[in-house]
Amino acid sequence: MAALDELERHYERAKRDRSFQRRLDELLRTYAGRPTPLFLAQRLTKKLGGAKIYLKREDLLHTGAHKINNCLGQALLVERMGKHRVIAETGAGQHGVATATVCALLGFECVVYMGTEDMRRQELNVFRMRLLGAEVRGVDSGSRTLKDAINEAMRDWVTNVRTTHYLLGSVLGAHPYPTMVRDFHKVTGREARAQILKAEGKLPKTIIACVGGGSNSIGIFYEFIKDKKVQLVGVEAGGRGARLGEHAARFSGGSPGVMQGTYSYVLQDEAGQISTTHSVSAGLDYPSIGPEHAWLRDTGRAEYVSASDAEAIDACTLLARMEGIIPALESAHAVAEVIKRAPRMKTSDVIIVNVSGRGDKDIGILRENLKLD
Amino acid sequence: MPLSFDHTPSLVAYLTCGDPDLATSRDIALAAIEAGADVIELGVPFSDPVADGPVIQRASERALRHGTSLLQVVGLAKEIRQRSQAGLIIFTYLNPILRMGMARFCAAAQEAGVDGALITDLPVEESHDYLSEMRKRSLATVFLAAPTSTDARLKQIAQVSSGFVYAVSRTGVTGARQQMPEDAPKLVSRLRRYTDRPVAVGFGISTSAQFKAVGKFADAAVVGSAIVETIERNPGKEAESVAQFVKQLLAVGRQSSALPR
Repeated sequence: MAALDELERHYERAKRDRSFQRRLDELLRTYAGRPTPLFLAQRLTKKLGGAKIYLKREDLLHTGAHKINNCLGQALLVERMGKHRVIAETGAGQHGVATATVCALLGFECVVYMGTEDMRRQELNVFRMRLLGAEVRGVDSGSRTLKDAINEAMRDWVTNVRTTHYLLGSVLGAHPYPTMVRDFHKVTGREARAQILKAEGKLPKTIIACVGGGSNSIGIFYEFIKDKKVQLVGVEAGGRGARLGEHAARFSGGSPGVMQGTYSYVLQDEAGQISTTHSVSAGLDYPSIGPEHAWLRDTGRAEYVSASDAEAIDACTLLARMEGIIPALESAHAVAEVIKRAPRMKTSDVIIVNVSGRGDKDIGILRENLKLD
Repeated sequence: MPLSFDHTPSLVAYLTCGDPDLATSRDIALAAIEAGADVIELGVPFSDPVADGPVIQRASERALRHGTSLLQVVGLAKEIRQRSQAGLIIFTYLNPILRMGMARFCAAAQEAGVDGALITDLPVEESHDYLSEMRKRSLATVFLAAPTSTDARLKQIAQVSSGFVYAVSRTGVTGARQQMPEDAPKLVSRLRRYTDRPVAVGFGISTSAQFKAVGKFADAAVVGSAIVETIERNPGKEAESVAQFVKQLLAVGRQSSALPR
């Protein structure tokens, strides 16, 4: 608790400090590559024959995904706190890479925990983290994926809390993480709102984003929450089936519970043990969901659907062929939903899809699933 | 019944129930009591034991493989209660209780003759329902105090604790260590400013020297991983091995702190 209180105090002070915000903005601009473009996907729009589709290109950020927004913000806090060691968990590896990146940038020691199953399916990212100077520690307990990596990161943190900051990668965990991480990501939605008003002179009808922990989605949703007519749609991992363990759709298969310091919807069995999950995309493969999403869903402000592994892979291929963009498998879940939804909408409606990351890291998996060679 | 700490230090013995199986856990608990343990913490295995080191993680995985549940551990407590008056605490993460229902859990615990509970990941701020359900059934609510807890927080913890206060000896997770860290005596003395209740020190205690040392500044020592590891290393003779371990731990000789009758 002391560490959480300390973090919250530093964060609250930083929020009110204009020089903190200026420094963060400068790094986001000159280092990470913000603002990211909002791109009109004309061929995809035409093919689907319905709403006009815009892509928010978070995949163009340095390190290839939205994760860097939060990593830069937290890294500047680490500096303010005078700590020198940073630890993180990672699922697909994108958050691990972004953490290793900011640690290299600011000169911190970096240890990333990753489930050994995830290390196998996202080898490219493991290598990248090591090349950037981070130590990657494989976690062999439990399901050997994201939730187990988080357990190990938390164990390291409680042991080394005096010297170490836990750079959590999503809108999960105990307070202040869900709020703080969301605040570092809301730049996405702020930009997209200004960009769409400039491009179309009006707000979008629908915004679609994939939801693992929930950081990229809350990042694009947040600024639009007050625009009641804008539909917010989150897409969870439908995996390969509807049974517990075959997917990671927390809202359809889960119930309120507490895991890893958070109270939210959790996939669990009748005895309250946390369930294993499955998704072809490592970044969505997690049994709980950010509590702010639980609130958006329970209040009816946002709607949550899912896309299966097969639908995500097909969506990946379609976006690649129609627009020359290979999305991360996580982001492909959002694309899968736009494929279903756009045709049912008016051509005067506008949809924004958050392309949260690029698909280079998924080449191995795509290769296993598609007969192209 | 009230938890009694009749020795200095008293021994609080933890085991992960269901490892290797519930019947053996019952035998182990009774053997530990017979060998001199004052209180038994009945650990409920959890899929994500974030506060536990590798020994208890492995024990939890084994216990979960044959479906050990919170309900079964409460049932086990009832069986032990039929044969002993020793203190019994249900030691669990929060989610299994939430799933069962707080009121339902507390009622079952009371019915089984349990003395109290310790919920690892329930912070004081979120404990309102728990406190109310436990208190109306005269069940003890044990909370963890850490070396990094501020004085203000120690005061809060003291206010909501009953039975005893569990002082975590170091920053870290469960697991035996070579030395006693320096954090422990300081934490206990800070706690004593806010509570008159017995203070038990836990995490990392595995030798009789450490056990005796704890007796110099605390009322009880909690031994967990060392017992769980003894169980792991002695398949087929778990109860005897734990009894032997406990006897050896207590062989340093400790004072009786029970008042003369």
